[in-house]
Amino acid sequence: MLQVQGVSKSFDDFMAVSQASLDVPDGALVAVIGPNGAGKTTLFNLITGQYKPDQGKIVLDGHEIGGLPAFEICRRGVGRAFQIANIFHRLTVFQNVQVAVLAQQKKSAHLFRPAQNMVVAETNAILENTGLARKSQRLAGMLSHGDQRILEIAIALGTQPKLLILDEPTAGMSPEETGATMQLVGRLGKDQGITILFCEHDMDIVFSVAQSIMVMRHGETIIQGTPDEVRKNREVQEAYLGDVLSVSKEDDHAAS
Amino acid sequence: MFKGIIETRWRVAIAAIGAALIIAPLVTPEFYVYILALIFVTALLALSLNFVLGYGGIYQFHHGVFYGVGAYAVALMITKGNVPWWLAFILAPFVSALIGLIIGWFCIRLTKLYFGMLQISLGSLIWIIVYRWYAFTGGDNGIHSIPLPSFLLTTNASYYFILLIVMLALATLYLIVKSPFGATLQAIRDNPQRCESVGVNVNRHQLIAIVIASFFAGIAGALFVALERSVFPDMLFWSFSLELFVMCLLGGWFTFAGPLLGAAIIVALQTFASKYTDYWTLILGVILILLIFFLPEGVMGFVLGKFKTQVAEEGSRR
Repeated sequence: MLQVQGVSKSFDDFMAVSQASLDVPDGALVAVIGPNGAGKTTLFNLITGQYKPDQGKIVLDGHEIGGLPAFEICRRGVGRAFQIANIFHRLTVFQNVQVAVLAQQKKSAHLFRPAQNMVVAETNAILENTGLARKSQRLAGMLSHGDQRILEIAIALGTQPKLLILDEPTAGMSPEETGATMQLVGRLGKDQGITILFCEHDMDIVFSVAQSIMVMRHGETIIQGTPDEVRKNREVQEAYLGDVLSVSKEDDHAAS
Repeated sequence: MFKGIIETRWRVAIAAIGAALIIAPLVTPEFYVYILALIFVTALLALSLNFVLGYGGIYQFHHGVFYGVGAYAVALMITKGNVPWWLAFILAPFVSALIGLIIGWFCIRLTKLYFGMLQISLGSLIWIIVYRWYAFTGGDNGIHSIPLPSFLLTTNASYYFILLIVMLALATLYLIVKSPFGATLQAIRDNPQRCESVGVNVNRHQLIAIVIASFFAGIAGALFVALERSVFPDMLFWSFSLELFVMCLLGGWFTFAGPLLGAAIIVALQTFASKYTDYWTLILGVILILLIFFLPEGVMGFVLGKFKTQVAEEGSRR
């Protein structure tokens, strides 16, 4: 479905992503891992059009999409949930998802019909699916952090994506919320056939759910393979897993 | 068409206010009728600004230009072009919308403050053309005694004409706010980046919003001619746009009717203050300062906020 080939992006003198490559097969659940600052979010931003790549190709279903504007890439079936809850704070939960559904159905430009009666069924189905139905009339800005992150995914689902990109979907969540979120992600992949690409700090989650893992370091791709291949790779063990241990210690520090 | 998007208590309030406004000219002196009509025109203008400002999050710093262009379009078409008055009134909003499209096309590439700065520059360009081109626009004299049909010549007649058009325009604007276009516009205000990544062409959507707002400002401009039968370059001067901005902030820019209230307060204050002082802008400045400190959500936002907490408290007591 998606191939990233030798993509680079620099900011001033800093190479955020350098010669990164990634292959996301149809229907797969693919994870990107790497220490903080490895360029995972930048890579996602390149795929979904927030940044334009300096070099390399990004191919979706055989069509080059690198450098297209974000709305165009979304219209081609790539949904994106952001790392920082990136929602519409002054709108209700319902409206947050509805805006995405309206855009997907090309109804955003209707001028004289009350929006509240439009795409209601589609929007409610997504809210049911993500467990937000009971909170649909709450203002999005008033939701708990965990719910905002779920809403983030629900908005992305509103665009009916073929490929859903999740940037650390469980960051900052309680263990229960993390479990529920990963269950949701699994369900989206298995039951609804959505191809999923995500990055995550929690190694237990990554190695238990992902079918394919790509490891990044200093903006480069070290390896992409099955969880076993990645676990056995010496370069990953030496260069990366050590870093992760120190990173997770830092996280614990910050949390306490 | 409005089913379900206006609450019952608001329907009652609107009907009551509407009835009062229809009776008003019969029982009030002509001067107050004139002030009321001026408030309607200004309120439509302020609401059209708030469509892009409060609902769109676009810093439209020089909205007065589209008002002035609408008014001058009517004046010039009637006096120089021999266009029938009714056709001039219909065409004027489209002229404003066209200018809105041109200025917006340049400005939309920039965001926030930079957008506002460029708009002030381009708007001021139009102002200086109007201000200096004596042969065509009458320069700083403006254009006076614009011939209008006889049924619009009394204050009461133009009052009813303006009331009717403003009501229709506000109803249309309200529909647009509640439409998918309006909902998406508010989403863009909250988070343009996110909107882009759910498939909304943010720049184009904002540009259309600016064109719509300019169109309604053009209607207000045309109605000003119906009331005053004159136009002058001050309508396009940037300090007037600042007053419009204050009307939105004062009334409450996150509510639909807030700017209407803001316009009423500012127009009334200006009318009565100018009896006593020439330094109106000084009073305006003080209002702005007090506003920022005490009513950041505006008068309407403040009242509705009080009302909501009251309801919430009653709800929690049960």
